[in-house]
Amino acid sequence: MNRMSWFNTVSLSLGFAFLYIPMIILVIFSFNESKLVTVWAGFSTKWYGELMQNEAFLNAAWVTIKVAVFSSTIATVLGTMAAYVLVRGGRFFGRTLFSGMIYAPLVMPEVITGLSLLLLFIGIGLDRGVFTIVLAHTTFAMCYVSVVVSSRLVTFDKSLEEAALDLGCSPAEAFRLVTLPIIAPAVISGWLLAFTLSLDDLVIASFTSGPAATTLPIKIFSAVRLGVSPEINALSTIMIAIVTVGVITASLVTKHQMVRQKRDEQAAART
Amino acid sequence: MTLPVFEPWNDPEAKPLIEFQNVTKRFGDFTAIDDLTIGIYEREFFALLGPSGCGKTTLMRMLAGFETPTEGKIFLSGQDMAPVPPNKRAVNMMFQSYALFPHLSIWDNIAFGLKREGQSKGEIETRVSDMLRLTRLEKFARRKPHQISGGQRQRVALARSLAKAPKLLLLDEPLGALDKKLRQDTQFELMDIQEKTGTTFVIVTHDQEEAMTVASRVAVMDNGKIIQVATPADIYEAPNSTYVADFIGDVNLIEGTATPTDEDTYALHWREGAEPLTVKTATTFSDGQTAHLAIRPEKVTISAERPEDADNAVQGKILDIAYLGNISTYHVELPSGAVIKAQAANTRRIARRSYTWEDTVWLSWTATAGVLLAD
Repeated sequence: MNRMSWFNTVSLSLGFAFLYIPMIILVIFSFNESKLVTVWAGFSTKWYGELMQNEAFLNAAWVTIKVAVFSSTIATVLGTMAAYVLVRGGRFFGRTLFSGMIYAPLVMPEVITGLSLLLLFIGIGLDRGVFTIVLAHTTFAMCYVSVVVSSRLVTFDKSLEEAALDLGCSPAEAFRLVTLPIIAPAVISGWLLAFTLSLDDLVIASFTSGPAATTLPIKIFSAVRLGVSPEINALSTIMIAIVTVGVITASLVTKHQMVRQKRDEQAAART
Repeated sequence: MTLPVFEPWNDPEAKPLIEFQNVTKRFGDFTAIDDLTIGIYEREFFALLGPSGCGKTTLMRMLAGFETPTEGKIFLSGQDMAPVPPNKRAVNMMFQSYALFPHLSIWDNIAFGLKREGQSKGEIETRVSDMLRLTRLEKFARRKPHQISGGQRQRVALARSLAKAPKLLLLDEPLGALDKKLRQDTQFELMDIQEKTGTTFVIVTHDQEEAMTVASRVAVMDNGKIIQVATPADIYEAPNSTYVADFIGDVNLIEGTATPTDEDTYALHWREGAEPLTVKTATTFSDGQTAHLAIRPEKVTISAERPEDADNAVQGKILDIAYLGNISTYHVELPSGAVIKAQAANTRRIARRSYTWEDTVWLSWTATAGVLLAD
């Protein structure tokens, strides 16, 4: 490989420094002995220990995970259905309007989404809690899922479905036995996207959560307003670790699959 | 001993397996199929031939049930097919893209339709291994579609569509993705399988050689209409229009006015001052009617001297020679500027070829060599 020019080296370092220095500082200070966040007083893992004792944080974490799992699952089902209709439904009355409207929440300011959901929940007299956060997150995650899934469906060879019908499947069977297994990677990445979005959403959750249910981002945000504690650093480090492991695993799996498929195809070309 | 000839279309007693009755299909303003009526018989290998956009694929998709006719009716074994959805039809289709299920093994691809029918495990296993043997794919049963070559995929698609033993098998440009050599081998394989299974095949193709090779009858289509339906030999030797003559193979078309001279015989006045051409035909033309003589290049004889007893002979100069190895096509320019193609087998080595560029030669043909067409 060619040696990089000094210009490229500088650009690369600058870019990565910009992205990662804040996080590195956060990770380093999570292992700080001192209670003062900005003064280094030696290595320690005691804040992690304290975090495990903190009932409020653990409760918030549990709520967050529950909300993320439920909302991303519902959003995946609804989003996949919407994508399927938009791509396969042919021309029906109001199709253009519908496809435009499903993407609108992507660009809608979160504050507006949150506020309108709050008004709706108050209007219909729904008590705010885990259920309302799940509903709210489903609403905005659904369009992300439908974007991901419909981009896969566009490239999906329609004759595969026709072949399934031709071989005796009802339309529902054709979807279950042929379409779904083939678009599964897109559905899964849609789910992961919805899960991540729900996990780190602060704005919409703060509009729709009640006193009974607080999510982790809300908890962190309100804790930080009273002053940054090393416990928060520890919590954030754990979240960074989880996300990192997830991203690396996902990319390794994809890479492994691609390598295997390529090897298979080369083997086929030889026979 | 004479073998019974397979031509149910000439038997007034025979009932067609498939009947199109005045079928029209429109997509918006576009008419894909225009008032089409046709019958296809059991055990036939029927080819739909035409340029892209002529409606042949639409016709096939209506048989499979993916499109419904705008007007008219389609019958399969006497039953109106309009209310029958694709999954309930005794019709299977082999797709142009093969449409193999990428997440299933070859074995599971072939078994797919049988499992939907709810057959027992043993029955499915027997049927799938029969199909694998028929298409010589036993070795690949456990592989996925992306692990086999294009020719093998094509055979999997065929095996899968034959597995349910359909009354009718539809093949949509089945050999389009194969290279020429493999395509020719596969054509014979297809004919072989069709004979073995006794299934009625309808094949869509734009490759006229393919249609001629495999089919018992060929339907030449254009703009949603069937122009001619006949055996490959009749399509080639007795086209009913200049469109068919021109679409199938190479042809010389000479326009002129016909004058009856004798019973079945016409003189075609084709150029001021030139000798009229003599043509025998069963069709009747009125005196002075415009007509086209369609004559195949291989039926035109090329010679250095004027042949004594030829019905028709014209003189010209060799403009071009297309050397194809076994044969050569000579493009001969007549004094009028018209070019007539003549084909001759290369019985001698090329160095000893009798004619070369700029040579003046005679072209001759018999009165029955060509066909006289009204349009």
